Parts: sequence; structure tokens; C-alpha cells
Amino acid sequence: FAGLADVSISEDIPVEGEITVPVGSGSPEEDFSTLDEPVRDTILRDLKAVGKKFVHVMYPRKSSTLLRDWDLWGPLVLCVSLCRRVRSLGTSGMLQGGSADSKDDGGPQFAEVFVIIWFGAVVITLNSKLLGGTISFFQSLCVLGYCVLPLTVAMLVCRLVLLAGSGTVSFIVRLIVVLAMFGWSTLASTAFLADSQPPNRKALVVYPIFLFYFVISWMILTFTPQ
Amino acid sequence: FAEFDDAANLLAANPDATTISIDEPTEIPKNQRDRLREPGREEDDELLGTDDSDKTELLAGQKKSAPFWTFEYYQTFFDVDTYQVLDRIKGSVFPVPGKNFVRLYIRSNPDLYGPFWICATLVFTIAVSGNLSNFFIHLGKPTYHYVPQFRKVSIAATTIYAYAWLVPLALWGFLMWRNSKVMNIVSYSFLEIVCVYGYSLFIYIPTAILWIIPQKVVRWVLMMFSLCLSGSVLVMTFWPAVRDDNRRIALATVGTVVLLHALLSVGCLAYFFDAPELDFPAPFIPAHNGTTVVTKS
Repeated sequence: FAGLADVSISEDIPVEGEITVPVGSGSPEEDFSTLDEPVRDTILRDLKAVGKKFVHVMYPRKSSTLLRDWDLWGPLVLCVSLCRRVRSLGTSGMLQGGSADSKDDGGPQFAEVFVIIWFGAVVITLNSKLLGGTISFFQSLCVLGYCVLPLTVAMLVCRLVLLAGSGTVSFIVRLIVVLAMFGWSTLASTAFLADSQPPNRKALVVYPIFLFYFVISWMILTFTPQ
Repeated sequence: FAEFDDAANLLAANPDATTISIDEPTEIPKNQRDRLREPGREEDDELLGTDDSDKTELLAGQKKSAPFWTFEYYQTFFDVDTYQVLDRIKGSVFPVPGKNFVRLYIRSNPDLYGPFWICATLVFTIAVSGNLSNFFIHLGKPTYHYVPQFRKVSIAATTIYAYAWLVPLALWGFLMWRNSKVMNIVSYSFLEIVCVYGYSLFIYIPTAILWIIPQKVVRWVLMMFSLCLSGSVLVMTFWPAVRDDNRRIALATVGTVVLLHALLSVGCLAYFFDAPELDFPAPFIPAHNGTTVVTKS
């Protein structure tokens, strides 16, 4: 470090700042008092935060709330509900595909969908960080997970439409719904993530997100009950 | 050098913070210095050749100086902009005769973004297109029940990623071995070979989409066309590297490269796309003794 001895710092450059990335909510005083409050308050506060994020996803505005107070509860709930519903009706709700019927189905099993969603989200986050993005790992996971919400809604709608019938009309309805929700998911996640990327690499970061939601939409669209 | 890792993390977290850059080019990787400038100036430096470009040239040789257990080391493999990736894709689809893909486009900045995401796209494109084409071929037949065949995605992923990584590894090892025996003018690093292979697979993405068309002739014509295009990119890249070698070994190397490429495309076509007009509805042949024989299709 011989070169450091010659460095002189001029007075008008502030040499100060935060060492930690500000993540998480609340000031230290609030954290101390949560030990004394009833458990119901704690749970309700977290539920409200999750609910507020769901609203943010459905009406995407460029706000930093989703980024600042990340949590992974919402993505977990959405992912599990999506994976549960991708299972075919023929197995009567069993999660572990043990019966012979589910093996002939050929459709994705619970574990496959779960792994695809989480592994895909991790890979996209790594990709955006490697390209020079300034977002943190869990913030990106949070955004990608929450933006699966429109596709979960599409899954529910598809199940209802399939209950009514499975002809061409129902397929067209499902196609339109899935396409619309896919566009919504991609636009919502892009709105949240685009600002944190270097400007001449935005397309490089958005494309994997597009691919990720496309694969999930495809799984939803091709879901057929036995 | 833990302090520089902290500095890198600080910079990543807060790019607008005022920083003091101490002029020790070996310590700070090239992309850190890029982030200290405005983004638009990167292109200007390449074009105008200001004094910053001298440092860029100096640092280009030391680009991968970050130790391999830090995040910054892997960031050097993703140091591409959108227009660069698009240029490389264009170069793989329209091979210019006589121009080397690596020298022309990669120019000692190999990236892993292109190979990885082109392979991922190809995996899902083949799986989805195969599914769709089977659906359309068997549409209207009463005995057919549509299944998504999700298993094929895993198989496609394994095959394509193995091809895109193991074959370059083997080829690189082979070229290194030959290099130790015969002095070749042109030699490639492992990442450059991975890059060429990754980008050369791009042409198969539109081909896979067009393979939905259930005509055998159309499919084979498409396959030959895309094989020619991507094969020519590979041949023009690797011929200069083996040209100085023993004639037979050079031809055998290039021939193997093309053969493996052809095997990949034929295999994908055969496995993921059912042959059209193969499955006829099972005809009932009334046998003489009154029982009905159904021929298995």
C-alpha cells in the first residue's frame, strides 16, 4: 500500500456515508418495542405489508416500497398456491404424485414447478447483478416473486373456465387471459426493476424476466385436467 | 485486499457516492473504472481514442485480475452492452465468408450472457415447439389425449447445455494439445470457444419455431439451412486454428465439429418432434373368425 501514503483528501469531499445497504423497515426504537406488543399486532403488521405489496403489483407505479421493505412471504404463498393448482384434478389434490394416474399425466409435478420458479428467480437475480445492477439479491427475489401474482390469478381463472368446458372457446378465453396476465407480470416487474440497471443493458436484464414469465404462462396454459 | 472488496460493494450499493480513485490499475478491475464515468463515454473512448483509451488498452490485458472467488471476477464475463449482444447474434446468423466470428465480434471480450441465455431460450423453444407440433399433428384424432410432456424439458436442458459446454471443453483441450506440438498462429481461449458455440446455436431458435410445420420436407430443408449457417460460423472460426497442422488432423477436427453439430440438430428434430403422418388412426381389420384385430400404430 505504498501509494496510499501520498494521497491527500481535500476538505470539500465528504468522506462519510453508510456502510450498510438500508434494507428492512423501521428504526431501531421500533424494533425494541416489538417484543412487548401482542403477537397479533406483529402478525397483522406483516400481513398488512404483504397485502400492500400485492396492491402495488396489481397497480404498478414506480414506488420504492416494494424494494425497500422486501419480504419473501408473498412469493412463497404465491408459489405454493400456483404449484398446488398446476397439479391435475385427477389426483384429488394429493401433492406427492404417488398414484399411477399422476405419472401418466406427463404434466409438471409440484416439485418441478417449485424448482423452476425459485431457481429461475435466483438465476435472473444473479444475471442482473452480474450485469452491474445495483439491486440487492433478496430485493430482486421479492419483486420477481410478487409479480407472479397476476399469473396466479390467471391460473385460478383457467381452472374455473376448464370446469365449464374444455373446447375451443374455452381455450381461446384461457389464451387471452394468460396472455394478458403474462404481459401484466412482465410490465410490473420491469417497472420495479428497470431503474436499478445500467442504462445500456436494460434489454439484457428484461429479456430473462420475459422468458421466466413466458415459461410459467406456458405451464398454466397447457395445464389440462385428467 | 479485503478493503477493495468492501469498496466494490460500497460502489455497487451506492454508485453516486463520491469516490477517490487511487491510480493503481492492477488493483481496480476495468469495469469498476467504467462505472465511475458516465455510461455514454464508453463508446466514445473506443471511437475517439482519448487518453482514457490508453488505460483501457492497458487494462484490457489485465481485465481478469480479480481473484476467482470474488463476485467481480464473474462480472467481467458479463461486461457487454445490449448492442454488443445483438451484433454478435447478427454475426452468427449472417456469417461473412472469410471473416472470423471471434476476431470480428468477440475481440477478446468473451461473454457468458449470450451462450447461457441462448441455450436457455433454445431449451424452452424446443420443448414448447415440440409440444405444439405434436398437438397439431394429433389434433382431431379421437385416441389422442394431449399431455404437456414436461419431462422433455429436463432432457432438452441437459442435452443442450452439455453440448454447449462439454464440446467446447473437449475442443479446447484438443487444440491446446495440438498447440503444444505444432505452433499455431491462431489460438482461442476456452471462453471464446464457449462463446462461439453459444452464439452459433442462436439460428436454431427460429428453426425450432418453424419446425412446428408438420411437413417432413420443410423440416429437413430448414434443418439443412440452419446447419449450413451455424456450421459455417464454426468452420470459419476453427479452420484458421488447425490450418497449420497436419492436413488430415485439421480436416478431421473440422469434420468432427460439423458432425457433432449435425447430430445435435438431427437428434432434437427426431426426439422432440413426432414425425408427421406417422400415426394413423388404428384401422379395424375384421379377422375371419369374427374377432377384431386392431393394428398398433
